Amino acid sequence: MSELQVTAEPGVPQVLTSRELDAPLALVYRAFTEPELLAQWLGPRKYSMTIDRYDLRDGGTWRYVHADDAGNAWGFHGVFHGDPSPAGIVQTFEFEGAPGHVSMDTVAFEEHDGKTTVRTNSVFQSVQARDAMVDSGMAGGMSEGYERLDELLAKLAANS
Amino acid sequence: MMVADQLDAVFGALADPTRRSILTRLTEGEATVAELAAPFHVSQPAISRHLKVLERAGLISRTRRATARLSHLRAEPLRQATVWLAGYRDYWEQSYERLEELLATLQEQETGRSRPGDPTGRSTS
Repeated sequence: MSELQVTAEPGVPQVLTSRELDAPLALVYRAFTEPELLAQWLGPRKYSMTIDRYDLRDGGTWRYVHADDAGNAWGFHGVFHGDPSPAGIVQTFEFEGAPGHVSMDTVAFEEHDGKTTVRTNSVFQSVQARDAMVDSGMAGGMSEGYERLDELLAKLAANS
Repeated sequence: MMVADQLDAVFGALADPTRRSILTRLTEGEATVAELAAPFHVSQPAISRHLKVLERAGLISRTRRATARLSHLRAEPLRQATVWLAGYRDYWEQSYERLEELLATLQEQETGRSRPGDPTGRSTS
């Protein structure tokens, strides 16, 4: 499994990520663009994911909501810019808890030897807005990753 | 929580490979400028400039012993900078882990349907 790379340079209102996936581009693109597939992986497992709309075309809007067992919910919405294609997806992204704070996200896919590298580029309105977004851990998903790691390790141990 | 200016100073300080090497060296204990300069092909004044950047970012503190200036590592800003990104990283790392599981399942389903790669048809040349 490849490591997720996250780059947030000082003084630049931008966050770059890249991650390699062991699957061909066509399949990765489906997972990013078919709502029923997207809902199965986007966000931490502890949240339920409801996709309200996902109108995959130039000017089409999208909205989804993460919710936890305690009844907290976090909504996000945005607009697709240009027709999304396996070459890439451009969209705006707004957390409904901070209306008016919008980032522009570009997702690019690149296939090599049957694997696909996903690169994201999020541009914020200011360095402060970028830092606030990163600080929030995206919808309050702070640092419970070790839970998931434990789960994964337990699964690996059970299979070996 | 760190203020943005401090974070900028920390990340700016960490952006340079020589400064990262200096910090790595300081994890073993305090050192003089001459000791820090020894592994690099750069002058002591150049190392001093790097140390000033690290000091401004709060990553090291400097004390004087006789004529030597000693540098010490200060771990707290480094820890805060790491924590700053942790939540964002977690969100995406967890998402990508789930995506990888989903892609594996989808690929299994596809292989099950089309059954490609009949081993008897494989060329041995």
